[in-house]
Amino acid sequence: MKVVLQNLTKRFPGRGKGAKDVIAVNDFTFEIPDGKLIGLLGPSGCGKSTTLNLLCGLQKPTAGKIYFGDDDVTALPAEKRGVGFVFQNYALYPHLTVRQNITFPLENLKGEEKLTRAQMQEKALEAARLVQIEELMDRKPSELSGGQQQRVAIARALVKMPRILLLDEPLSNLDARLRLQTREEIRRIQRETKITTIFVTHDQEEAMSISDLIVVMKDGVVHQIGKPQEVYDHPVNLFVAQFLGTPPINTFSGRVKDGALYIGEDRVLEIGGVDDQEVFVGVRPEGFIPDENGPLVCRLGRVEVMGRDISVVASHDAAAAAAIRAIIDSDQEVDQEAELVRFGVKPTKVHIFCKETQRRIDYVTKR
Amino acid sequence: MEKQSLKGWLYLLPAILFLGVFMVYPLIDVFIYSFEEGYNSASQTYYGVGLFNYRYVLRDPYFLQAVRNTFILVAITVPLSTGIALLISVALSSIKALRNLFQTVYFLPYVTNTLAVGLVFMILFKKTPYTDGFANLVISWFGGEAIDFIDGPYWAKMFVLCFYTIWVVMPFKILILTSALASVNEMYYNAARVDGTPRLRVFARITLPMISPTVFYLIITGFIGAFKAYSDAVALFGTNLNAAEMNTIVGYVYDMLYGNSGGYPSYASAAAIILFAIVLTITCINLIISKKHVHY
Repeated sequence: MKVVLQNLTKRFPGRGKGAKDVIAVNDFTFEIPDGKLIGLLGPSGCGKSTTLNLLCGLQKPTAGKIYFGDDDVTALPAEKRGVGFVFQNYALYPHLTVRQNITFPLENLKGEEKLTRAQMQEKALEAARLVQIEELMDRKPSELSGGQQQRVAIARALVKMPRILLLDEPLSNLDARLRLQTREEIRRIQRETKITTIFVTHDQEEAMSISDLIVVMKDGVVHQIGKPQEVYDHPVNLFVAQFLGTPPINTFSGRVKDGALYIGEDRVLEIGGVDDQEVFVGVRPEGFIPDENGPLVCRLGRVEVMGRDISVVASHDAAAAAAIRAIIDSDQEVDQEAELVRFGVKPTKVHIFCKETQRRIDYVTKR
Repeated sequence: MEKQSLKGWLYLLPAILFLGVFMVYPLIDVFIYSFEEGYNSASQTYYGVGLFNYRYVLRDPYFLQAVRNTFILVAITVPLSTGIALLISVALSSIKALRNLFQTVYFLPYVTNTLAVGLVFMILFKKTPYTDGFANLVISWFGGEAIDFIDGPYWAKMFVLCFYTIWVVMPFKILILTSALASVNEMYYNAARVDGTPRLRVFARITLPMISPTVFYLIITGFIGAFKAYSDAVALFGTNLNAAEMNTIVGYVYDMLYGNSGGYPSYASAAAIILFAIVLTITCINLIISKKHVHY
């Protein structure tokens, strides 16, 4: 089922006298293609959870429309939308067994959809099998681990074959190893069921790794929508560039002058297609090439060997942060005792942004 | 270690002393008196030891009347007051406007003096040569005949007693239930809503099980409280409860000790022990049932 958001806006009245309204979601227009896994991504308070609540009907939009397929569901209450929702804390009913939790949504079906007890059991078992918890059916939620509870919550959301599946921070309550495993699981379940799935996360790695499309939001405004790699490689502005990627992109203030890009006083790239101006320069950690004669001169902080690769922590006067971080292959040598370290940069990993609008500026490299 | 535990006992001493002198000792004493025939507290003498007191009390028509009254009172007021309190609490939790006002109104009986309230009930229900009382006024509007609720037929008096008891115990139950309802996490309701659960089912399958420990707590304490009823009856019908056919078990105990027929501590003790046995049995049954139905 495709989902269409049309100028979706949600305002909350401000607290206290004369307080301004809080715009949680501002003019969000997006068509979610059928059967895709969408990651809503942004820092906390960016309106991603509100968007989810608007989609499932727990909150009413101030303006705009929501369509599931061709149905306008904007005015439809949550109970009539037929969505599956996995809550951040799972919201499993503590007094019911896993089986009863999963069959709970089915017992609400009325009229033609009404199921017999045997059909319910069968559907519940089917959903349980999908998330691989069929041997836990007679336990209470309190007797399950966090990961198992998560699976039960997904099974409960899936059992009625919802038109769309919504997940609110599905991995935030799991430990690191389980998180990795569960996100693959979510991906697999989504592929198997082909249900259009939207999940919310503040963890960019999570969103990048499993989403077909990611939506990057900040302060209620959608900044960029696209395939994860596309958004990573071509961020529309400095915020998106900074938000995606771990370790984060290194930001410098620099300028374009006479067909070259300067970071501080260092002339790092020969470029064209850009007027002379002050800019922000973003360099991905993997965009640095250690080079004895490289143009970018930094003071070496320390070198962290992480097995697969080496992380070089250094500083530069033009950098926005106190430390910059470069990730280089472990087979490259870095003199840990040296005072200075020199880098060249990979043009594809360097983005420049307008100093005023912070939008990315396209450029061409000259050799 | 030794010193530590000595210190512990020292801190416990005041409580142990008070509980021992005012709770444990009298309890044992009552138990002993109940088996001593014709005990006289002034001369500290008795005729013999045996079940005579129990035999007497269990054959005393006043006692049987008191037991009947108490059981009717318990059977009517405990379920009704808990049920109505639950309804009111749910209603209170689902409104926003005027909620505090209603909460205060419902809590008023709790802070009002029993005897003052009894007086108000007299005005509502008592029939005097000058007025039939407010209740009869309402009855007459609907074309009914005036009834004397205070000195009239048995069922009318029982009605007033039950009505009064329910009204008096309600505030506490509402207070406890509203806080129990407020402690149910909103996310369960949201989950139920997304799954399209009708409101009545949400209440029966989610709200009620979640607050079931509180409900059972109220039922158990309600039973105990109703079995101990006495002052309510006095407030409504005066001290001569036997004549009014409105005596309760505790009232019977009191009468045996200090009433017109007073001066019989042995009979009073036997009656008190019988009441204790009844309450103990009912509470045990309650606990067994609650194990099956209370979640977590």
